[in-house]
Amino acid sequence: MSKLINWFTEGRSSGQYTLPFVILLLGVTVLASAANLLLPQDSALYVSTYSITLLGKYLCYAMLALAVDIIWGYCGILSLGHGAFFALGGYAMGMYLMRQIGDRGVYGHPELPDFMVFLDWQELPWFWLGMDQFWFAMVVAVVVPGLLAFVFGWLAFRSRVTGVYLSIMTQALTYALLLAFFRNEMGFGGNNGLTDFKEILGFDLQADSTRVSLFIATAVILSLVLLASQRILSSRLGKVTLAVRDAEPRTRFIGYRTERYKVWLFVYSAVIAGVAGALYVPQVGIINPGEFSPINSIEIVIWVAVGGRGTLIGAIIGALLVNYAKTRFTAIMPDGWLFALGALFVLVTLFLPKGLMGLYGQLQSKRRQSAEQEVQS
Amino acid sequence: MKLFLSLCLFLSACMTPALAASAETDALLQQLTQTKLSKMPAMVQQLEATGDESLLPVFRAWLAGDLHYIRDDNTLVVEVDVNGVDTFQDPYTQATIAGLTSKQVRKIKVNNKLRGLLRGVIARIQLTSRDAGVRESAVRALLADIDDETFATLERIYPTEPNSDVRSTMQTALSIYTAQDQNSSQSARLAAIDVLGDSLENDVRNVLLSLERSDNPVLSSAATQALVSINRQVERYALVDQLFFGLSLGSVLLLASIGLAITFGVMGVINMAHGEMIMLGAYTTYVVQLLMPNYIDYSIWVAIPAAFLVSGLMGVVIERLVICRLHGRPLETLLATFGISLILQQLVRTIFSPLNRQVSTPSWMSGSWEINPVLSLTLNRLYILAFALLVFFALVMILKKSSLGLNVRAVSQNRSMAKAMGVKTEWVDAMTFGLGSGIAGIAGVALSQLTNVGPNLGQAYIIDSFMVVVFGGVGNLLGTLVAAFTLGIANKFLEPTTGAVLAAIFVLVFIILFIQKRPKGLFPQKGRAAE
Repeated sequence: MSKLINWFTEGRSSGQYTLPFVILLLGVTVLASAANLLLPQDSALYVSTYSITLLGKYLCYAMLALAVDIIWGYCGILSLGHGAFFALGGYAMGMYLMRQIGDRGVYGHPELPDFMVFLDWQELPWFWLGMDQFWFAMVVAVVVPGLLAFVFGWLAFRSRVTGVYLSIMTQALTYALLLAFFRNEMGFGGNNGLTDFKEILGFDLQADSTRVSLFIATAVILSLVLLASQRILSSRLGKVTLAVRDAEPRTRFIGYRTERYKVWLFVYSAVIAGVAGALYVPQVGIINPGEFSPINSIEIVIWVAVGGRGTLIGAIIGALLVNYAKTRFTAIMPDGWLFALGALFVLVTLFLPKGLMGLYGQLQSKRRQSAEQEVQS
Repeated sequence: MKLFLSLCLFLSACMTPALAASAETDALLQQLTQTKLSKMPAMVQQLEATGDESLLPVFRAWLAGDLHYIRDDNTLVVEVDVNGVDTFQDPYTQATIAGLTSKQVRKIKVNNKLRGLLRGVIARIQLTSRDAGVRESAVRALLADIDDETFATLERIYPTEPNSDVRSTMQTALSIYTAQDQNSSQSARLAAIDVLGDSLENDVRNVLLSLERSDNPVLSSAATQALVSINRQVERYALVDQLFFGLSLGSVLLLASIGLAITFGVMGVINMAHGEMIMLGAYTTYVVQLLMPNYIDYSIWVAIPAAFLVSGLMGVVIERLVICRLHGRPLETLLATFGISLILQQLVRTIFSPLNRQVSTPSWMSGSWEINPVLSLTLNRLYILAFALLVFFALVMILKKSSLGLNVRAVSQNRSMAKAMGVKTEWVDAMTFGLGSGIAGIAGVALSQLTNVGPNLGQAYIIDSFMVVVFGGVGNLLGTLVAAFTLGIANKFLEPTTGAVLAAIFVLVFIILFIQKRPKGLFPQKGRAAE
């Protein structure tokens, strides 16, 4: 155990804010959960279950942003299709939750989910087999996005598709999946997706305690992923990926197989996105093909850009801030949100190329400079 | 001179159809009002025997059950529904007879047997019409059931028919009769079936199908053979049809991606707002039609330059405000232009409502070109195909021949060298971007004729456009042309077997794999310009 803690904290030198951030994150999580479960509803400090679910959702998005930041910020691969991995993980979880409904569906079929009965299917398609086991569904949620990322990355990076080309290819990938999942024949519920979930691991999904548990689980997993990623990226491997980002041909000439580094980092990132999707679905209660739409994937990129790419924590902060703004905005003036989001894209890329974290860093260095000047004078 | 005069007289006689029936027919028509239904068929034959062409409207009204007569004086009138009120007209002049109510008239009855007879009579009268189109449709109307009389008429006028199209339809009609005629010799019937094998008419197929079931084995096998030959032809035309739809989709893709081929291909700028430039063009068409509702047919000639200006100006503004500041940072450009596309979409949604807007098609663009009974090409798709090619070649000319084109190519190949030679690179950038965006606007005008005009119009095309440009090879306009038509045709040929959605997916996956194999597209740029 102590070894594990050591392993996590060793890379602290390069990411000095990571551990404090994790402690802050977990602290807020525990406080919010306690406020929801222990305080009476009329208390001023009570946190509603709606807010808990919302926070849980934000944390899933944060994890997704983290996944994008790992490859974009540290390896220069701008993926406009990370929503695809997120949605695949989500569908794996959705399939498990669907099987948990059992015969409580509208049609009351013991085996088949409602939409299959509706389509007049007689038996479960092969890819639904075993999805009633939680562990198996979770393996699928990790393996399928990972495998897709591996195949795609292996093909793309080996033939040195880079830059904008790669971005457009990833966008085409998620677009193709969007079209595919809209089809009823695919066996994933078509347009409506998977919904009407009842329980997870035997716990009622509507219960406050389940919601809080999911929220805590998300926070813990996010913290672990953040620490692990920090650790990986400050290791030797991380240094090579930085070199790939800054000068790929030079790194290649030195003797590194750059495509291998890229593929594995891409797979790692896709797996994180898949896990985030799997955590997301039980909290929002639905997964549909809309999650594959290219605009979702591009939104993730703006979260990272706002927070500051190549900082990990920045991606998380960006995701939380932008999504909070989205929630507030769409409640106050629904039409204004796309204006605001569009303006955010333009302004951040024009004036804040390093995001909020970069701004913070600039302020810090300025203060330090002025402090030094004072000392000198 | 005499001959000429008599010819003139003859012509003028033909030109002015007699407004009233002759005395003989008049008497027959008077008789008609008193005849019993069972005696009517004989009357019809007598009337036809007079050879009076002016009776056509009477027969037509009779067939439709609108023929009446006034009780007092047995005058024939035609009932016409004018805005829900029954009024009565003179059958020859179509002049309304005022003050006549339905109580003062009695209907001339018609039954199924009479209807069949009347149809034949009408067609036979039309067969002698001066208008080849009327004759053609008359023969076609006869194909379904030819009786002995019609056959005789057709056989009589067939040798004198001047129009070759009408002749071939007549021949089909004659062959249909002969093929079914029990009294004809077997060789004549076989020859007739052989002729039918070249026809694509629906009625011919029905006749052959019934002959195929006949007891005569020789005729039956001949009919089978003819059907096979017909089916082969139908398949061939279906292929042509598919090809046309593929070309049409290709032309749409070409229009959508050609502007991108300039901004992305030549300038290297990723413009995610390209789709919204198309959308702006489509909305410009809508606004132009709103402004000139009485001149829809000409509105398109206003809309094309207007759309070019609107989208082009927007492009220049975007270039000056955003893109020029992000020079050399393609990924950031991508994000910023994506933000612009969101803003433009929402802007249109706020101004025009999120619902789709209806853009009407000019009358000269609607309708279709019917080549034969199984193949007809819609005119608007045909025009858009031609338009896409026109725009393409105009653009190639601009890039190859104009001074702007020279500058654009210079800047895209070596920016700093061009600058050193005195090219105003910033101005060239803005103009190039404006040109690309303006062409996207023109694409919007064309697309507004094919699809719904809504805020999401551009989004539907942006990924496809990028695929086309990347597939064809960046910086290569000819590659874009080839890629657009290849993808369009591939898509339409896959569709019947896989369905539209799977076809789109297959094409996307194919391109993804293709790019892995040839990252520079179909026609990669060679030489120093490539890097």
